[in-house]
Amino acid sequence: MTVLKLEGEGDDWRLHLNGDWSLASMAQIEVQLNDLPDTLRGTLVCDWSRAEAPGIGPAWALLMRLTDLGARHLDVRHTGNPPHYLELLQKLKAERHAARAASTPPPILERSVGKLGRWAVLQGTEARAVIGFFGRIVTVLREALSRPRALRPSSLARHIYETGITAIPIVSLIAFLISVIVAYLGAQQLGRFGADIFVVDLVTISVLREMGVLLTAIIVAGRSGSAFAAEIGVMQLNEETDALRAMGMNPIELLVVPRVLALIIVMPLLTVIADAMGLAGGGLLSLVNLHIPLSQYIDRLRESLSPTTFWSGLIKAPVFAILIAMVGTYRGMQVRDSARELGRLTTVAVVESIFLVILADALFAIFFVQIDF
Amino acid sequence: MPELNQTPVIRVRGLISRFGAQVVHDGLDMEVQSNEIFGVVGGSGTGKTVLLRTILGLRAPDAGTVEMHGRDVRQLAVADRSSLVRSYGVTFQSGALISSLTVAQNIQLPLREYYPVSEKTLDELAELNLALVGLAPDAGTKYPSQLSGGMVKRAALARALSLEPKLLFLDEPTAGLDPISAAAFDGLLLYLHSQLRLTVVMITHDLDTLFRTCSRVGVIVDGRMISDTLDGLLQNQNPWIHDYFHGPRARAAEKDTHG
Repeated sequence: MTVLKLEGEGDDWRLHLNGDWSLASMAQIEVQLNDLPDTLRGTLVCDWSRAEAPGIGPAWALLMRLTDLGARHLDVRHTGNPPHYLELLQKLKAERHAARAASTPPPILERSVGKLGRWAVLQGTEARAVIGFFGRIVTVLREALSRPRALRPSSLARHIYETGITAIPIVSLIAFLISVIVAYLGAQQLGRFGADIFVVDLVTISVLREMGVLLTAIIVAGRSGSAFAAEIGVMQLNEETDALRAMGMNPIELLVVPRVLALIIVMPLLTVIADAMGLAGGGLLSLVNLHIPLSQYIDRLRESLSPTTFWSGLIKAPVFAILIAMVGTYRGMQVRDSARELGRLTTVAVVESIFLVILADALFAIFFVQIDF
Repeated sequence: MPELNQTPVIRVRGLISRFGAQVVHDGLDMEVQSNEIFGVVGGSGTGKTVLLRTILGLRAPDAGTVEMHGRDVRQLAVADRSSLVRSYGVTFQSGALISSLTVAQNIQLPLREYYPVSEKTLDELAELNLALVGLAPDAGTKYPSQLSGGMVKRAALARALSLEPKLLFLDEPTAGLDPISAAAFDGLLLYLHSQLRLTVVMITHDLDTLFRTCSRVGVIVDGRMISDTLDGLLQNQNPWIHDYFHGPRARAAEKDTHG
């Protein structure tokens, strides 16, 4: 479809606008405008008489293109009942060109060095901010020694319910299933040596030392770490945290500390449940698959455990809890300005807390081996 | 002035909106003629925004019909519905700019969705819409969180105008603006209305805006709408309408415009 037709020669040109000139034909109009030769001189008359339903956008594009073609050499006039807002557009265009300022980006080397520098500074301030965040939590806790109300019992109770009680079914289920899987695969391998009974050792030690607490931590990070970040993040976006500060209340005390404390309380309890369900899963599989009666399973379980096995798993729970809760709340407090930031920081919170939990677990493993715990 | 004997742009008939036991609209009728600025007023909780959402098809009416250009909006085929949606612009109470996009990108969002045009043209169109609502070109590169309240309202209007609608819905466009910005917004609205020949439906509590811009006003009282010109409403004897248009604030606003 031809929407533009140029006629004339020398100093006398006529531009016919044909067909649909609404926003819907913008793509054709754009192409044909760009095809106009930039050697036009003299007078140019735009004839609107055959333009159908001319839109503001296309008219604007036409004016802009004619300006690009060299307004100084070209005297543009409009005839044939041009749209009523053409005058408005011409006025806007004149204002625009006065206001437009050219800015050139700096050279690439300068930009990349600048980027690196900004990144380094950002890491530095981030590290300081994390330490400061931890410090503010500790300050609230110290204050709570003389003013127990600062611990916000009602909000603490809510978070214990939401992060703990409601997590029991999923934690139990996953711990049960994983230990069944471990026992099943273990039985396949050990059965070849006639060492079926060692499946019990395998299950109990791996569940109590590692898997109970690690699975719990990962589930809690996915469930509650993300919830912390999202909840606090939305409050940041709604200026709710600013409102609290303006009313003289400390968001760290109101929002962060109850969540951290709740997880510290809840994580060991969930770990105990996960341990129990894991052992039950191992027992069930031993009974069904290996025909080891429960009484024998329990006897073997007692023999395989050293007194510290259970505690070496449980002792990690509060540490993981602190990591998950602090990362979640810290990332939540960092949310600014946009919904995208909220999503990004919630993701960061979950990924970072799982990473930190596994890192801490590795350090614990080395430490326990060294001290023979 | 609205021409008579013409299909109204919007016609709402016997609208009933319920939230549980609470009845917000109880047989509400409303008609908006082409090329008028129609104000919708009513006390808090009388369902002004619910009415707007129902007209826009964001909420299903519990009973009654909503027609746009003579066609029931709930009976439309998918393609008709989508072209209808493109034919009007909406601004929401809080602006509702997409927070992860710059103002220019917000304006370009519907254009990009519906029309395959080049980046250069998109930039030019964004510039045009910014200019139409009186924002400086550098406002286009900013994110919504970096804008002041008045700029957000203008940017939202720029986005609503980007598809060149003939019909504009505004939900409290001057709420939260200082009187100078609000007056400037009124002027802008009148200007665009005359230049672009828009039909405007506007929810507002701002009496100055009402007196300065609206050709007709619909008042929601007791779940129904009483529509009239401002002069007509000033004579109305309904107690709520009387209080609304004869309160201390209304008198001041009226004096400013009439005299």
